[in-house]
Amino acid sequence: MAYRFDTVDDVRTRLKGADYLADEGIAGVVYLADRLGKPIIVEGPAGTGKTQLAKSVAEITGARLIRLQCYEGLDESKALYEWNYKKQLLRIQAERNSDSTWEELETDIFSDEFLLTRPLLEAIMAEDPVVLLIDEVDRVEVETEALLLEILSDYQVSIPELGTVEAKQIPLVFLTSNNTRELSEALKRRCLFLHIDYPDLEREKEIVLTKVPDITESLADQVARIVRSIRQIELKKSPSVSETLDWARTLMLLGVESVTEADAADTINVLLKYQSDIAKAVKELADDKGGQRRALGKIAP
Amino acid sequence: MSDIEVPAGELKIVGGPMLELLNGFIRELREAGLPVSLTENLDAMQAVKHIPLEDREAFKYALAATLVKNNTHWRAFETVFEVYFSLRGREYKLGDELDDLLAGDEDGDGQEAPEGMDGMRGSGGGGEAMTPEELAEMLYKALQNGDEALMRALARQAVKRYAGMEPGRPVGGTYYLYRTLRNLDLDAVLDKLMQQRKAEAPDLSTLEERLEHDEYEHRIEQLKKEVEAEIRRRLVADRGVEAMAKTLRKPLPEDVDFMHASREEMVSLRKAIYPLTRKLAVRLARKRRHGRKGPLDFRSTVRHSLSYGGVPAEPKFRYPRPSKPEIFVIADISGSVAAFARFTLHLVYAISNQFSKVRAFVFIDGLDEVTRFFEGVDDIADAVHRVNTEADVVWVDGHSDYGHALEVFWQRHGREVSTKTTVLILGDARNNYHASQSWVVKEIQKKARHVFWLNPEPRSYWDTGDSIVGEYGAHCDGTFECRNLRQLEKFVENLT
Repeated sequence: MAYRFDTVDDVRTRLKGADYLADEGIAGVVYLADRLGKPIIVEGPAGTGKTQLAKSVAEITGARLIRLQCYEGLDESKALYEWNYKKQLLRIQAERNSDSTWEELETDIFSDEFLLTRPLLEAIMAEDPVVLLIDEVDRVEVETEALLLEILSDYQVSIPELGTVEAKQIPLVFLTSNNTRELSEALKRRCLFLHIDYPDLEREKEIVLTKVPDITESLADQVARIVRSIRQIELKKSPSVSETLDWARTLMLLGVESVTEADAADTINVLLKYQSDIAKAVKELADDKGGQRRALGKIAP
Repeated sequence: MSDIEVPAGELKIVGGPMLELLNGFIRELREAGLPVSLTENLDAMQAVKHIPLEDREAFKYALAATLVKNNTHWRAFETVFEVYFSLRGREYKLGDELDDLLAGDEDGDGQEAPEGMDGMRGSGGGGEAMTPEELAEMLYKALQNGDEALMRALARQAVKRYAGMEPGRPVGGTYYLYRTLRNLDLDAVLDKLMQQRKAEAPDLSTLEERLEHDEYEHRIEQLKKEVEAEIRRRLVADRGVEAMAKTLRKPLPEDVDFMHASREEMVSLRKAIYPLTRKLAVRLARKRRHGRKGPLDFRSTVRHSLSYGGVPAEPKFRYPRPSKPEIFVIADISGSVAAFARFTLHLVYAISNQFSKVRAFVFIDGLDEVTRFFEGVDDIADAVHRVNTEADVVWVDGHSDYGHALEVFWQRHGREVSTKTTVLILGDARNNYHASQSWVVKEIQKKARHVFWLNPEPRSYWDTGDSIVGEYGAHCDGTFECRNLRQLEKFVENLT
């Protein structure tokens, strides 16, 4: 089988071409997933680009992205396949006057024509290259996870009436999780595991530079550094990468060239979403920690 | 940077020394508590075949992706990885350099660090001759410029000079780390860096100052990591991989013992508790929604039957009304068990919407109600901190006196205990040989729905010395050993 990527660096450069800046770990795991033909569980705080990774990989490999958004109560008929029973009924009614036998009819109504494919089956049956994204897999109940197991380990779906459908080609599969619950061992065992954390200073700056057009390097640097400082404070919700980008865009719109405390205090609500967090961050940022505290009260909290 | 000793060719058929090494590595991971299954083991073997071995980072992530499926285990993995794979390269491939380093020669890294090193060469031509002042000066410069190569070299030099490592000496790595860092006095360096920065640019705003400060702090953290890595490298060289891995083995955050947690472990515990409470809250909320159906709702069934022509085809059930107990937490916050009380309060309050009311009392030898600290507060950690600093809990001498504390509780709040109340008593029941007053617990049990005693001590220590948990336990509906987050989480989950 032809591999999609030549080297780890190849993954990285191509992702970069699609405006996704991968670090060593991300590129390495994507490369391995391709080589080993295994799905990836992507875990990490919200807004660090988990879903975007799948989209970007689809983009660079020229594959179609098939997405299954998970939610509580997701079941087989929404995830795998369903029989189009209305059409089946019509078929039966239409048969009524002709003299075909029961066996003929039965094989007829349980054929591909009456099968409604849902994302998982669609990914398996696809002729063209696909990337399957199973988003927020931690939202389904533990029991529903079992639906995924056959697909993830053998890339096949068993349909009682039709038999087993095997994949024509092995799709790249991404499962994302916000870690609201522990995924089952069975699921984890079948996958590679990738934890995407907040990026380090350099990478975040790069991301800002790539994603926010026309931003100056010095502003991007400052934004990344302020965000790093804020993430060190114990907050209810640390700013995510997407919030960093929103903030950088806000600053650009306001025509800020270099962030002052007042700018930061005025626009920090783009970064942080809880009032208590905002108050805390504004207070912390005004505090120089160096012992020689200047006259406070420069910023109204 | 080929740090791994097996030539690439040999790996194509994973076998021989590499297989040996990986097996040892995985065994060690299991020893450290990571659940590595056989399939994952095989996956790892497969994965490394596809990775160019020269690339140590890629090698590391290949192993991590196949073996570590939980982010809290990452640290444990990293430690084991460092022990197994970093030194080996130096030992085999860079053997000469290592000898040089041990002999005090810095040449190996000298080329990478031009500007700082020049001064050093000029003054002595080798690391050996560098005075402590020169070392400090160079370190200062390296930190100021963020020169990573120089920092790495200096970290090695500092370890060699200050750690005083002797082969075969059975001392842990933390001891050497402490000795090295004490001599470097990084806090003072940080102050000095900040002062100079301020002197250079007097019009820095507080925000900018703060950012500079964070930047320097970050660099110093890097330096500390380098020092730590260097010490580890040397220890492994001295004692061998397996022995070293064993000494470095640390419990996973959820298995850390509350009573004996080091400061660093405390930090990791505090970090671990946030996701834990969130998971617990989600799980409980779900359990409630999906809980067993209640009794038949006759009215609703009849109403829905209209759409089936009067046939009650779809029976409707009442939602169960889950009982929401009142929780009274009575916690010993004296030194030895303070951390335990803190985590329990944290956890109980994090899921307080599962209870109709939560009231907290803390004691050492006197008792104080601290519910007020938690009311209308977003930040539980902050409230817990206030409990520790502001509550009035000392009556005579500040040594635990369960008897007196319980008596006070009974006098002041005994009346408020009702059949809806679940009382949790937290503590090791080490009463310093005071009177136990266990009749209070007995009385509480008569009135309350449940009384549970949570003890952070291992069960085998119970009722030894001045511990009288058995005496109290006789009147409780259950006594539980809660030594780590795992046990605590399990208890709290069953509570609702």
